[in-house]
Amino acid sequence: MLPFAYHMEFSVVADLAIAVLLGFGFGFCLERAGFGSARKLTAVFYFFDMSVVKVMFTAIVTAMVGLFLLSAAGMLAISDLYIEPTSYAAQILGGLVFGAGFIIGGYCPGTSVAAMATGKKDGMVFALGMLAGVMAYAELTPGFEAWIKATSSGEVTLPALTGIGMGWWVVAFVAFLLLAARGMDWLQRKFSHLRPRMT
Amino acid sequence: MSEALTQALPGSGSRGGTRTAARPYWNPYVVGFLLGLVLLATYVITGRGLGATGAFSSIAAWLSGLFSTDHVTANAVHSRYWNDGAPLLSWTIFLLIGAFIGALVSGSQAGRVGLTIERGPRITDNQRLLLAFGGGFLAAFGAKIAKGCTSGQALTGGSILNVGSLVFMVSVFLAAYALAYFVRKEWI
Repeated sequence: MLPFAYHMEFSVVADLAIAVLLGFGFGFCLERAGFGSARKLTAVFYFFDMSVVKVMFTAIVTAMVGLFLLSAAGMLAISDLYIEPTSYAAQILGGLVFGAGFIIGGYCPGTSVAAMATGKKDGMVFALGMLAGVMAYAELTPGFEAWIKATSSGEVTLPALTGIGMGWWVVAFVAFLLLAARGMDWLQRKFSHLRPRMT
Repeated sequence: MSEALTQALPGSGSRGGTRTAARPYWNPYVVGFLLGLVLLATYVITGRGLGATGAFSSIAAWLSGLFSTDHVTANAVHSRYWNDGAPLLSWTIFLLIGAFIGALVSGSQAGRVGLTIERGPRITDNQRLLLAFGGGFLAAFGAKIAKGCTSGQALTGGSILNVGSLVFMVSVFLAAYALAYFVRKEWI
């Protein structure tokens, strides 16, 4: 039954209008969480404000529960959804470089848009750096594309890899989130001395 | 969560003009839940999740196309974003246009919009901007290698239990925590 795009022919205009609408919700949430601010984002790496993990983890678990319930109700097949092929080497190397960019630059690609929208000049410069980064990748190192393909393991999901059904993983992630919530509040208290003083 | 930053930070960097007290940010679990619903809606409507880096790749393909179309179609990366000669009609660009509007609406409503440079008290504006450029460069380059960023890999792939996405997420946090000490003056 779902996703809609598989059963309905959206015109280009409708397709892009949907993108703007979903993007509105995306950007609104990021700004509301404080993710238009580089100091709020990077605070997670000094433990005194774990909001980045709280928001990301809650979002992931919410969507995961939703997908599981829709698939259990027979309204959607998980296997119909797009799954990016896994290349362990590419995701580890790319993730490490990305993480360095995150702590040095203060934003990630999506949050830099929330930063620009709220007037952060460093967000605009970060976005320019990103443009230079994708340009350099395309022009100077297009060879990475073949390497990523060569090291690909295809579609790998936790249920497929472990033989443990998605339902159990959903339960485990929800339980882990509840535990982690307590742990993160403990961390925030322990590192509260790093928090910039409110004047 | 009493210890968390609920307000925009005071005295951080330079800002143009004075501003009135900003409203507090929302509870992170509430925003996380709402963001999860947006992600779920994206899956239910389009069959794939969110993404952000693709928009920058489309703009890069468009810029290259201004100089040479042949070069773009021959390039292994640009060609995937060429969209039959209309790279700017990319779905992800429009997603980010929406995100810009959404963030602007949220920010103005909460009194958080104003020209500023976000940084800690121990570095200068110019140092911060230089690091912002370098960080953006690395983040984009890493996202290209990893085939996604915090949106396309971590959120989107994480929610569908994609193993590569989970590995990506762990790698991102490992690198950032490992480097946090060395750039602490930029932030705290």
